[in-house]
Amino acid sequence: MTGPLQDTIFALSSGPPPAGIAVLRISGAQAGGAIRTLANRLPPPRMASLALLRDPADGAALDRALILWLPGPGTVTGEDMAEIHCHGGRAVIAAIEAVLDAMPGLRRADAGEFTRRAFEHGRMDLNAVEGLSDLLAAETQNQRRAALSMAEGHFSRRIDAWRERLLALSAMAEAALDFSDEDDVPDAGIENEIGTRLAGLATDIESVLDAPSAERLRDGIRVILAGPPNAGKSTLLNALVGRDAAIVSAIAGTTRDRIEVPAAIDGSAYVFTDTAGLRDDAGDEIEAVGIDRARAAMEAADIILWLGEADAMPRTDAILVAAQSDRLGRDRPGLPVSAHTGEGMSALLAELLERASALLPREGDYALHRRQRILVAQLSDHIEVAREQRDLLIIAEELRLARSRLDELTGQASTEDMLDHLFSGFCIGK
Amino acid sequence: MPVRYDVIVVGGGHAGCEAAAAAARKGAKVALLTFDRNTVGAMSCNPAIGGLGKGHLVREVDALDGLMGRAADAAAIHYRMLNSSKGAAVQGPRVQADRSRYRAAIHGLLDQQVGLTIVEGEAHELLLDRGRTSGIRLSDGQTLEARAVVLATGTFLGGKLFCGDAQDAGGRIGERAATRLGQQLRKLDLPIARLKTGTPPRIDGRTIDWARLETQPSDDGTWTMSPVTPARILPQLACAITRTNDRTHQIIRDGLGRSPLFSGAIEGRGPRYCPSIEDKVLRFGDRDGHQIFLEPEGLDSPLVYPNGISTSLPEDVQRAMIRTMTGLEQAEIVVAGYAVEYDYVDPRALTSSLELRALPGLFCAGQINGTTGYEEAAAQGLVAGVNAAAHALSQPSMILDRASSYIGVMIDDLVLQGVTEPYRMLTARAEYRLRLRADNAETRLGPVGLEHGIVGPDRARRMDQRKHWRSEIEAALSRSMTATEMARAGAFVRQDGVRRTLWEWARFPEVSRSLLTSFAPVLDKAPQDVTDEQLEDAHYAPYLERQEAEVAALRRDERVHIPADVDFRGVGGLSNEMIERLEAARPDTLAAAGRIRGITPAALAAILVHARRAAA
Repeated sequence: MTGPLQDTIFALSSGPPPAGIAVLRISGAQAGGAIRTLANRLPPPRMASLALLRDPADGAALDRALILWLPGPGTVTGEDMAEIHCHGGRAVIAAIEAVLDAMPGLRRADAGEFTRRAFEHGRMDLNAVEGLSDLLAAETQNQRRAALSMAEGHFSRRIDAWRERLLALSAMAEAALDFSDEDDVPDAGIENEIGTRLAGLATDIESVLDAPSAERLRDGIRVILAGPPNAGKSTLLNALVGRDAAIVSAIAGTTRDRIEVPAAIDGSAYVFTDTAGLRDDAGDEIEAVGIDRARAAMEAADIILWLGEADAMPRTDAILVAAQSDRLGRDRPGLPVSAHTGEGMSALLAELLERASALLPREGDYALHRRQRILVAQLSDHIEVAREQRDLLIIAEELRLARSRLDELTGQASTEDMLDHLFSGFCIGK
Repeated sequence: MPVRYDVIVVGGGHAGCEAAAAAARKGAKVALLTFDRNTVGAMSCNPAIGGLGKGHLVREVDALDGLMGRAADAAAIHYRMLNSSKGAAVQGPRVQADRSRYRAAIHGLLDQQVGLTIVEGEAHELLLDRGRTSGIRLSDGQTLEARAVVLATGTFLGGKLFCGDAQDAGGRIGERAATRLGQQLRKLDLPIARLKTGTPPRIDGRTIDWARLETQPSDDGTWTMSPVTPARILPQLACAITRTNDRTHQIIRDGLGRSPLFSGAIEGRGPRYCPSIEDKVLRFGDRDGHQIFLEPEGLDSPLVYPNGISTSLPEDVQRAMIRTMTGLEQAEIVVAGYAVEYDYVDPRALTSSLELRALPGLFCAGQINGTTGYEEAAAQGLVAGVNAAAHALSQPSMILDRASSYIGVMIDDLVLQGVTEPYRMLTARAEYRLRLRADNAETRLGPVGLEHGIVGPDRARRMDQRKHWRSEIEAALSRSMTATEMARAGAFVRQDGVRRTLWEWARFPEVSRSLLTSFAPVLDKAPQDVTDEQLEDAHYAPYLERQEAEVAALRRDERVHIPADVDFRGVGGLSNEMIERLEAARPDTLAAAGRIRGITPAALAAILVHARRAAA
């Protein structure tokens, strides 16, 4: 089921990034508030307006974007709505989404939720509904296919195993609550028994959460090229992706903002990001913002190619590249690479591929989508709380919530299944 | 000359009595039709009322001014609060009741009820007028007219008794079945199937060697089944416990060939949580014994009910089996145990008001809907009675949802999911279990009872007082205190410097009730049950709030109606299994559709679109 209706929801409504422009839509009572928080003002209704969006937490600039304020009920969903047309880079979108997500009462929309709200508020006309019905039928078919392919996959087997264990533990707790007067039902110390068994389940779930995500597969591995100005980052990027995607010049600070370039290497998707050269005395305000963004990008990177001094590496797992080896020589620490002569390029690519293979799901392996990952994370939280509890009633409640997260993953209802477990495991009945 | 009533209730068991009384409280003129007035209010199986989940139902029936709680107190000879060491949400009040006093108490309450007449006779035929219920014709030819009829026929519809190889038509031992009515209902094309249940032999208590047995005394509390009962009334008796053993199991195994359960004579399915001893021995053969509670049937009755050995083995096998157990070596069986198989109507044919969708004015309650248990029956009876009266008097129905009560959970389960075995209430079925406690039934349901006019003036006054005390307590607990202040008062809470209200502090294990009382003396002045209820709420507050959010989501989806005539076959994208379930249950809201097993969110969206299109 979809989440609570009173929440304000948001989603990326344009196609998958990167793109020139991305459209984020917000719907619900707090749509206006969200815009005011980001842009520090609310434009007149239905008038496009340019605004600098800032993160309310630290005032950091996010992007300069077009904002639209569409008060309800005359909107697509019938609720107050707002739209943000921002630059279509992944990082920009992710940053704005993260800020929206952090606002109280806002959350990411579930699949089809905008449409659903439109129905609920009677904002869909007959023709639109006709078209949508077909679309929804297709969605059903897709879900069937997805369910089928999941059924053949490891993840669903793993979920089935979790479900079995969880049902058995829930049955234990429920038996102790509903049939404590039966002599076949263990009662005293049942909390500890459940806690012990939950520990094993928790470890298993954690290991799945640690596994690579499906987004990597779809969106590509994020490789950041970073280092001081004029270190040759843009040149190396162009060499890696095989085209002139970044402007190259001898002037320090040429690259002022992040440049994202998707590329496929050896069948895997990558997104290479060229960043502003890091220096403390930025030439101007814009370059300073760019440098801030470069630092932020490094935190979210899967792989960093560091073109700077060895002792200034931003992360210990960065790949140290001694760039411009044709010009600056090879007696520096790091992998000597020259984009001009091609020296070291194949070694660098090999290193990249090796790193990437650890991040990508292996052949036949499964990967969690965002929705699955969120549910599994919630599942994991409920199990953690249940483990720490001594009140059987709360343990049972957390296990119920954990089961309902699993139900959302599998689309199965579990109360009857839990009772089946209970009655087959214990001799109950006077 | 036909006699006119508003509501006719067929059957005088727990469902029928509550139905008749509730309909009459609502102002309807009611006939309670029974084979024999002496059997009205009979407890036909175990002499106990309440228990886990079931105690909740009794308190809810009581909060709506029903009979069961008060009658149970009038007859209680043994009180036990099950799960007393656990949170209040799963505590289950249970009593052993003196059979004849229980019946007498029910008769007393029915006699006092204005507008209610007990009519003796056999319902021969349901009268219909252009597809709507119009009354009942009795087998003596007399006609009772009414716009609403409640069927609370228990196991009497097509009832068949089994004891070993012997078979007999009947609903209870020594009583005849309602065979004609059963045939008529089958002809009306209602979805009818068979279920079975069983009862153990009754033993003469004077032939039991009590001295050799472990006893279980009544608890020493002061609580009562109905909070309006001022104090416990009767002297309290102890129950005793014995066990089956290898020899018992051997005798049962040897006799299985003569059990109708295993010979194929019984086709109906029995309850998993109340299995026959034959079932237990077969399914759990590895257990070395099963506990048997010996429950006295009354203060002046020698009969003892051996709880745990429901059976339909032949009488000679029953006797041999009984005598293998400690304390029962010389025991005499007074009435042999038997199984009963009966008709039930697939409850998915009902609406949430317990009215048959296909036959306006005809309501069903109790075992006819596939449930088991006195409490389940009483709760449905009350709802069916109120709604039958509402139907007859053209007033709005009383619909209880899953968030309001165990009654709501039960009815929702029945009308949406149907049953595959006799349905019994369990706390595990209630997703909002932390809110739905036996101790707050009055708070939850009192206002509903008032709104539907089924709560008397005494109860209404009591509710007012409780409301007053609750707000006093809430005001006192809204005072805020820092961690330091709490520590100074003697609570060793973590010094996190946070200021919390007493309400919030109440959930910390370090903060005792006496400490809270020292800051909020009203906790001592208010009636203890009100204080207990409030502190329990405070204790589970974070969880209650979370459930509150779930409930809000539920209620919103309840507002999206699915038209009654939607053809689910015409909805694109549904599997055959989904269509079958939706057609059987005919959910009337989107939320109800979503609760049906196997209905996915995508399917819901498709249904919604289809419904809107049909409506436009």
